Amino acid sequence: MTDANAAGEILTAQHVMEYPYRRSLGPVLSAFFTGLRDRTILGARTRDGRVLVPPAEYDPETGEATGDLVEVGPAGTVTSWAWVHEPRDVHPLDRPFAFALVRLDGADSALLHTVVVDDKAGMRTGMRVEPRWRDETEGRIQDIECFVPEAGVA
Amino acid sequence: MASQNSPKYNRQVAVIAYAQTPYVRSERRRNEVEMLMPVIAEAVEKSGLPRQEIGFTCSGSSDYIAGQAFSFVGAVDALGAWPPIRESHVEMDGAWALYEAWIKIQTGEVDSALCFCFGRSSMGDPAETMILQLDPYTLAPLGPDAISLAALQARALLDSGRYTSVDLAEVAARSRRNARSNPDAQLVGDLAGEDLLDEPYLVSPLHRYDCPPISDGAAAIVIAAAEVARRVCSRPIWIRGIDHRIEPHQPGARDLTRSPSTRLAAEKAGASDGRIDVAELHAPFTPQELILRDELRLAGDVRINPSGGALAANPLMVAGLARIGEATREIAAGRAQRALAHATSGPCLQQNLVCVLEAD
Amino acid sequence: MADESAIQSIVTPVRMEYTFTPGAASQRFLLGLAAGKLMGQRCPECRKVYVPPRGACPRCGVATRDEVEVADRGTVTTFCIVRVPSENIDLELPYTAAQILLDGADIPFFALIQECPWDQVRMGMRVEAVWRPEAEWGPTFENIRHFRPTGEPDVPFERFQQHL
Repeated sequence: MTDANAAGEILTAQHVMEYPYRRSLGPVLSAFFTGLRDRTILGARTRDGRVLVPPAEYDPETGEATGDLVEVGPAGTVTSWAWVHEPRDVHPLDRPFAFALVRLDGADSALLHTVVVDDKAGMRTGMRVEPRWRDETEGRIQDIECFVPEAGVA
Repeated sequence: MASQNSPKYNRQVAVIAYAQTPYVRSERRRNEVEMLMPVIAEAVEKSGLPRQEIGFTCSGSSDYIAGQAFSFVGAVDALGAWPPIRESHVEMDGAWALYEAWIKIQTGEVDSALCFCFGRSSMGDPAETMILQLDPYTLAPLGPDAISLAALQARALLDSGRYTSVDLAEVAARSRRNARSNPDAQLVGDLAGEDLLDEPYLVSPLHRYDCPPISDGAAAIVIAAAEVARRVCSRPIWIRGIDHRIEPHQPGARDLTRSPSTRLAAEKAGASDGRIDVAELHAPFTPQELILRDELRLAGDVRINPSGGALAANPLMVAGLARIGEATREIAAGRAQRALAHATSGPCLQQNLVCVLEAD
Repeated sequence: MADESAIQSIVTPVRMEYTFTPGAASQRFLLGLAAGKLMGQRCPECRKVYVPPRGACPRCGVATRDEVEVADRGTVTTFCIVRVPSENIDLELPYTAAQILLDGADIPFFALIQECPWDQVRMGMRVEAVWRPEAEWGPTFENIRHFRPTGEPDVPFERFQQHL
């Protein structure tokens, strides 16, 4: 595990830590991920009528249980974005892209996801985007490959 | 206003010693124990309390940074934990270890405590390590590293119209300039004013200078209740109030340009009960300092981060306690009478701790 | 509500890469191994010898700097019989894992016992290191293939009970 080295050098060892977690979901996230598999996006309605996306079991502001799950989007508005000039291996895209907060139509909170446009000049706060779904969806957040500018919107 | 000098928390507690390593890009010659031993020994010696008389020990660190499960138990080797000591650990910045120790003293169970923290962030990739603190269902699978999340916050702040990129650059330049008088700082010097904005972006709208360096280091602090502090310390530095508050986790559920948790923690810690001379703010990214300053409503003449702050050295799990330590140094040197120290945790300033310190 | 095909769980693998450096004490230990030696450190206060060393005496909380070479033979203080397979250990089951107090050391360390039937291993048994060929040595524990009995008489319990 340790590299051989000349005297006086500092020994180094490469170490990889991996955990193959499988996580149970509970009713709210189960519905959310099942919805993604079926190419719909669900939010949770709080007691005072706000819609949280991604849905939460409890309203983070009041601690009260959330109620019905409602379909939102699929299009929405970018509320903030960050342009990744050089993607990392951990990123879901291997070309420059934006991380963005997207407030989907009908939602009151924003979903963190990615937006793909040709270059940074194509990004702006307030732009309209819609999801591009993967060919095969399996019930995970990456079922949305990324968001792209809404068709028919300049 | 409800400060914590309420009957519920009626024990006056003081910082009686602080020590830290110089912060470096990569501590390759020493392991965690070897890094901690001189720092703990220095803090204990300065405190004037025999090690065996310190009633409680609490540490802050992260296994994901160490790359090792239960790494903190190994750090106990640096303590001389014999006969067996009362010990606790938080998987957080050392500032929260200090909070636990402060509460422990409030309970009356102990009269003094040693807190320490360590982070060799350089062994891994800290921006990616921080992904592991995110919601593992909807956030972490997308790989939003710490810099990208801070960039989302930066964009939101710029869009709000309250600040410009020039304001961000000025925070970076001032931090590095201040760091020149801090022998323990890592990034020191002059950032040339106008040219800064022409530098390439790391994650737009953040330039490299808007982001903290990768740093390794350790720190230790000793606190004591008034009766002990008075006995062993000629100039105790009083913790007048300490409080921490947290906001919802999802970045999209918050207004990233505000920090209501900081505002509330400052109120509860009694920050506005008197004039603040110095504020040490744990703002690893430039926009975060501006957001914090607004929430804390600091007067224009308050000196911000004379140490250089987390933009000059950002040892993870240490940089928050270091703000408290640096604030005590300002007071001990006579450069401040009353100081505010702040520590943060979680993505985009999700959780915030405020500690108000005052000279004897 | 019951949807047979609903997603009930998701897999969220985590992977992190690190470049470890051992620190001063462990580095000296590892370089000792590369030279076929087992190097411990002695506490200047309580005089205990730690192998492998971490740079501190956990009892006294002081730095340990005196280098002490200890023997590559010692005494089994305690042991267990392993009957579950592990990805990292390619041995016939069951096998014996033991705490071994090397002669000259004050804390036992963990090693495998071979060349001895698993049901013959005893507390107090004398064992010695079986090294790989010198040409294969590096700064790693793997230089020692395992420990095996020396055939010396067992050490009475009283002589190692402080080191359990």
